[in-house]
Amino acid sequence: MNIIIVGCGRVGETLAEKLNDDGNIVTIIDMSAKKVKNIANKFDIMGIVGNGATHAVQQEAGIDNADLLIAVTNSDELNLLCCMIAKKAGNCQTIARVKNPEYSTEAPYLKDELGLAMVINPELAAAEEIARVLRFPSAIKIETFAKGRVELIKFKIPKNSRIIGMSVKEIISKLHCDVLVCTIERGEDADIANGNSTFEEKDIISIIASHKSAQDFFAKIDYKGKTIKDAIVAGGGVLTHYLCDILESSGISIKIIEKDLKLCEELCTQWKNVDIINGDTADQELLMEEGIDKTDAFVTLSNHDEENMVLSLFAQNSGVEKVITRINRIDYDSVINRLELDTIISPKNVTADMILRYVRATQNTVGSNVETLYNIIKDEVEAAEFIIKAGSPIIGKPISELKFKPDVLIAAILRNDQVIIPRGYDVIEAGDAVVTVSKLVSLHDITDVLK
Amino acid sequence: MNFQIIKRTLGWILLFEALFFLVPIITAIVYKEAALVSFLVAMSLCLAVGAMLLIKKPTNEFIYAKEGIVIVALSWIAMSIFGALPFWFNGVDFVDALFETVSGFTTTGSTIFPTEAYPSVEALPKSILIWRSFSHWVGGMGVLVLIMAFLPLSGARNMHIMRAESPGPTVDKLVPRVKTTAAVLYSIYFVMTIAQFVILLCGKMPAFDALNTAFATAGTGGFSVKADGIAGYSPFIQVVTIIFMLLFSINFNSYYLLLRKKPKEAFNTEVKAFLIIVLVAITAIAINIFVTSGKIYNYTLGESVRHSAFSVATVISTTGFAIENFDLWPVFSKTILVILMFIGACAGSTGGGIKVSRIVILVKGMLHELKLMLHPRQVKKISIDKRPVENETVRTVCFYLVAYILIFLASLLVISLDGFDLTTNFTAVSATINNVGPGLSVVGPTGTFQGFSNVSKLVFIFDMLVGRLEIFPMLLLLTPATWKKN
Repeated sequence: MNIIIVGCGRVGETLAEKLNDDGNIVTIIDMSAKKVKNIANKFDIMGIVGNGATHAVQQEAGIDNADLLIAVTNSDELNLLCCMIAKKAGNCQTIARVKNPEYSTEAPYLKDELGLAMVINPELAAAEEIARVLRFPSAIKIETFAKGRVELIKFKIPKNSRIIGMSVKEIISKLHCDVLVCTIERGEDADIANGNSTFEEKDIISIIASHKSAQDFFAKIDYKGKTIKDAIVAGGGVLTHYLCDILESSGISIKIIEKDLKLCEELCTQWKNVDIINGDTADQELLMEEGIDKTDAFVTLSNHDEENMVLSLFAQNSGVEKVITRINRIDYDSVINRLELDTIISPKNVTADMILRYVRATQNTVGSNVETLYNIIKDEVEAAEFIIKAGSPIIGKPISELKFKPDVLIAAILRNDQVIIPRGYDVIEAGDAVVTVSKLVSLHDITDVLK
Repeated sequence: MNFQIIKRTLGWILLFEALFFLVPIITAIVYKEAALVSFLVAMSLCLAVGAMLLIKKPTNEFIYAKEGIVIVALSWIAMSIFGALPFWFNGVDFVDALFETVSGFTTTGSTIFPTEAYPSVEALPKSILIWRSFSHWVGGMGVLVLIMAFLPLSGARNMHIMRAESPGPTVDKLVPRVKTTAAVLYSIYFVMTIAQFVILLCGKMPAFDALNTAFATAGTGGFSVKADGIAGYSPFIQVVTIIFMLLFSINFNSYYLLLRKKPKEAFNTEVKAFLIIVLVAITAIAINIFVTSGKIYNYTLGESVRHSAFSVATVISTTGFAIENFDLWPVFSKTILVILMFIGACAGSTGGGIKVSRIVILVKGMLHELKLMLHPRQVKKISIDKRPVENETVRTVCFYLVAYILIFLASLLVISLDGFDLTTNFTAVSATINNVGPGLSVVGPTGTFQGFSNVSKLVFIFDMLVGRLEIFPMLLLLTPATWKKN
């Protein structure tokens, strides 16, 4: 696909990198010559300096032949204008990042009236992800496939768990659970699980199962399936606002700690299950006073990565079971992973992931196409959902007879509302939705998993 | 410094060079020449060394700017050494062979022939002749650019290589992908070369001569298969050569823009400035030689214009073909030609010299300085075609000029030991560093570089590479810090 990205911030850069790796032809536009040059030097893409909302600049970037324009500048209005002009100038789809809550509540209207393919609000998307994790705290991360019928859950094996030392095979033979183990992360290694892989303490594993089977599995391995009743949120920004909106009717009572008194006053009238505390989160005394050692979850949502990380570490030390850390800017994944910070949420990564998912889903190819797509392990393992159309070479043979590339897993089959966790004798039929887990990043078609 | 990837790229270069040897090999087979053996040996050596360098796959394929620059500089040196082998095997002194090859790849066209073994260019085997011309063609657009069009060297960062090999203060991609950009450039280059070849054939030029002339014109090189250059051919062929020399010294981006039906962008400031300089120079020289006609040479008005146009085109495009011995012309005309040598062609073309776009930036910058003296607080930024030129670019252009002058003077000093007159020395250095080919006096259109000592020849070899790769890659090789691990 020919893709134009307007705006070279973090999201723009991540998108440029990923989309280029996927084999798309990418052109970036930004006002800053320095930024454009920097990114165009790193990746094999074209950079154009100028205002992406002007027709002339879009023309120069080749809007006539573009299939998609993604506007991710810092200004909502500029993004929307870019998309409107692109829509008129070329026959392309458009995606706009819109941060302002006033606009993003009107997302459906904007999509219809301006013909946008997607309106994405990074903070809202991040808030939704945090809410998902709070509702199911056993997991580090939950993704859903097939409109919520299949869950992909990532969690860390706790001390003294029953499954330490077990092999993947034994999950079926000993526990009689209908779940499929996809990946095992141990330290910096990430592997697609096979029948003989064994579990160790502190491994992070991801499983695929229907919601019910997953509950069953967690019950059988005595994993604390404790629901979260209260949470402390550090920072009262926009993200917090969205989070409280989403969690208003969830039964989780929230305590927000915010330094700015004015902001506190604004927030305190909004929700009934939310307490607003005016104070500095850097004050350890205050946190103790507000019961950080007794709360079920602690979420750090300030704009300072370092502060968030330190606070989260403190909360973990104080015995909080579920800690969610927002990280905006810092890129040192390997170091951050070593801090064992439980769940990390980055609005920019969430945005980039969502757009990538959309782009890959629209790249239709013959036979089948990607419906949904998730990064299970950043840049290494992906889960993708395909709808199998008639004529695909994968149809009609038992899975054990199909020749897969290494590090590929057929993780779930969905047939008429029924979730099948596939075993060797299962046969894929036309019309099925199939979830694959693979190390071959950027699959475009189900046939990509075959040898 | 990632030495693994440098080794690997050098390996690819040598494999491609082995492929290039097919051109003279086929020629040698067609004309049943004994030189065939020398090319076969050179080709096997290229293949062997190239394959050896490619055996180990690099663990890290990252190319930063520094690797890109070093790759380009080393590739050109390696290519020249292997390219010189056939000359050497055929009885040419090794330094002379290297000089001739570097002169070929850098599209200079300065020659050390005739030698004792080969009393005239016509005495050379046809396979050697086509190897000289073909080296112009390959060197004109750049070997690494060609390789990039065919194989992905290392993902995205090839732009660093392309930037180091392509002439001009800033190098931009035409399309998002480096690979496609390289392919587009070579397609335009290829089609234009074929066009010239066909038109020359129509002018009843022998096919072998036409092919050589087309190769040498496309690369703006200047090696000819005749001792008297293009002089012996019909005026039609001369005019065709004039037109194509000028066409090949215009930025190839302009042709791409024309293809995309953007004539306004194609005729940018640089192209306009180039055409104005050409027209003014042709007129001035034509009048000058017409008026002084009658003593040593005898021209009609038509001949004056044609000879003037040919000389201006051959010098500003840095091709270096000869039809008339302009060394006999009045000093005024000769001075204009020497000035044109320094200006050179447009950025992004196959020509050499300082490049018109650099001259435009420098002149504009100088005018700004004057204005700033009058109004010290005035805010000024150099812009070309309504686009601001980055301060970084301006800075690089300025120091490019400084480095250029320093190398020029140092070279002049070294070769002055050989005892030739100042005109010879000055124009010899400027003909090599600007990749023109012939200079004045001893190294004039009918002269040769044979008389210089080996030390001077090595200096010229360095100057030619410096000129073709635009100074910094070669200087970087001489900087100790480049070779440190980090």
